Amino acid sequence: MRFLLREIYYIALDFLQGVGSICLFLFRLLRYTPTALLRWRIVWQQIYSVGAMSLVLIMVSGLFVGMVMALESYHVLVKFAATAALGTGVALSILRELGPVVTALLFAGRAGTALTSEIGLMRATEQLAGMEMMAVDPVRRIVVPRFIAGAVSVPLLTMIFCAIAILGGYYVGVDLMGVDQGAFWSQMRVNVDLVDDILKSVVIKSIVFGGAISLIAVYEGYYSLPTAEGVSRATTRTVVNSSLAVLALDYLLTALLFHGA
Amino acid sequence: MAIHDLKHSDNVVEITGLKYRVGNKAIFDRLNVSIPRGKITAIMGPSGTGKTTLLRVMTGQVLADRGRVWVEGKNIARLSIDELYDLRKQMGFLFQNGALFTDNTVYENVAFPLREHTKLPENLIRHVVLMKLQAVGLRGAANLMPAELSGGMARRVALARAIALDPKIIFYDEPFTGLDPISMGVIVRLIRVLNDSLGLTSIIVSHDVEEVSSVSDHSYLISDGKVVAYGTPEELEHNKSAWVRQFMKGLADGPVPFHYPAPDYAGQLLGEEQA
Amino acid sequence: MRQTRTIEISTGFFIILGFASLFFLATQTTNIQAYSGNSGYTVTASFTNVGGLKVRAPVTMAGVHVGQVTAIHLDPRTFSAIVSMQISQRYNQIPDDSSASILTSGLLGEQYIGLTPGGSEAFLKNGSRIQLTQSAIILENLIGQLLFNKASSGSK
Repeated sequence: MRFLLREIYYIALDFLQGVGSICLFLFRLLRYTPTALLRWRIVWQQIYSVGAMSLVLIMVSGLFVGMVMALESYHVLVKFAATAALGTGVALSILRELGPVVTALLFAGRAGTALTSEIGLMRATEQLAGMEMMAVDPVRRIVVPRFIAGAVSVPLLTMIFCAIAILGGYYVGVDLMGVDQGAFWSQMRVNVDLVDDILKSVVIKSIVFGGAISLIAVYEGYYSLPTAEGVSRATTRTVVNSSLAVLALDYLLTALLFHGA
Repeated sequence: MAIHDLKHSDNVVEITGLKYRVGNKAIFDRLNVSIPRGKITAIMGPSGTGKTTLLRVMTGQVLADRGRVWVEGKNIARLSIDELYDLRKQMGFLFQNGALFTDNTVYENVAFPLREHTKLPENLIRHVVLMKLQAVGLRGAANLMPAELSGGMARRVALARAIALDPKIIFYDEPFTGLDPISMGVIVRLIRVLNDSLGLTSIIVSHDVEEVSSVSDHSYLISDGKVVAYGTPEELEHNKSAWVRQFMKGLADGPVPFHYPAPDYAGQLLGEEQA
Repeated sequence: MRQTRTIEISTGFFIILGFASLFFLATQTTNIQAYSGNSGYTVTASFTNVGGLKVRAPVTMAGVHVGQVTAIHLDPRTFSAIVSMQISQRYNQIPDDSSASILTSGLLGEQYIGLTPGGSEAFLKNGSRIQLTQSAIILENLIGQLLFNKASSGSK
């Protein structure tokens, strides 16, 4: 029992230390962000390798998520003769939860791991030390542009995911199941709120998720042990920690934005 | 010791009373080192004596626990990060594995410091890069990726990158390790030629006695955190100290015993108290 | 160099696609017209009970969506509910003696306001008040009434 308590105490201590050091790292990144934005070409290229390279994955996933949502909802709604509400059902579940969360989780797996292993390998092969010896701060030159690119890419990917998912739902609902096209859109338009469901949910959530995943990914990469094993462990930690962070932040944001104050 | 004779001369690096420990292990204990300007100075010693750490102390990558480190008349420990980076623009550093950027071509690797620190137009950058690559004999490899280079070539590209900004001091971390005899000869020659033609001060960390002796003007022998011997390769060759003789000649047994400290052999075999 | 160009163009395409998606989501799937300001005129109606009517509920006429509820509040003197609704400018020829009722779409659907046209020559305009209203049907009250009637008729 005593042993268990002590173990929990140390785990809690480790957790606090981790949160503290990642916050300090975030401040460091934010301080260099304005100057990094001036060298937009580097950021632009990173948006390509982080965001544009994830585009196909996000689009295909979005399509299937939208289609399966429509299929499931249809079979429930048809029992109540309420298939006119299909558009609403699909749009709300995509915009409020599935869109931001699924995009964030996919991004963590696709681009977050790539960021961590790339920076970790640069650490392991002394490329970061080499840069420091050439009087170039690797945080500014390597880490910050990747962080910005990740934080920018996730909101964009989320919007693309949501749009494709709704179109996928439309295809299954209207074209395959024969739901009335007018009802599909008009019911959706009545029930989906621009502020609550697009700005607060899709936009704010995806910006927060993007920042969190990118921060965790570059942090784990930058502080990974400079060995092959260290890099692979850091990559695993990126997936685990950023997925947990996304789910926890999702709850927090939902509680704060929609049910708080 | 011989160091004091150099006090009045023009030293690029001056280290006095350096103490540095990692955990409980003292890496350096009141170490004194001076690097004369315009010369090739080697720092030799067995593996694990902190030779590379000494380079990192000189370049400000590692801060000493105690003692003074002066580089180009500046106290490394007192510099702000910006001042340190300014100082590093006058330094070239050749990493053991080259540390080339794996995602960029040879050309872009050499161009990197120029692009970061100068606002030269593209055609001038091209001239400088080709000139540096020509100096190491790899102008023809400009469009290769680092993965396509042999170990020796990668080190030469790294050397071209290290001299891209025309530094005053160049540090070589184990430049001869893991090379075939031809590449080794090329590097030895490059170190000498670059030092003399560019007016550099070169500092080599190595344990390859033969190559170092053929290229260096002076050598420090370091062991157990202290300077054991200092002098020209000639002087070290004829040094009377048993330890120096063992190191220079590469003898298996001597003051540095062949056996790692262990309990009595017979006693351990008979005792069987532990594996 | 050529490769960098392709990368930069692809990035531009990606970013434009992202914003196009946002534009699609905002204009095609939401009630954006409710936020676009003076696109209609506001009329009010008072109900003794609004039931489950919510802000942003649709206002329809003959089943056609003509506007939406913008505010619901309680009149402190009469203790009836004042519902403000915005009617699209396109439908500016609704007789001012039209009646408003709170209806339910389907058995479990959401509540909305249905307008039934009157015969007046004058039309509803900004600030008009709809006089004839029919409150929401509260299912519990209905059931309660039914049981009460049954009980009273049984005791006779």
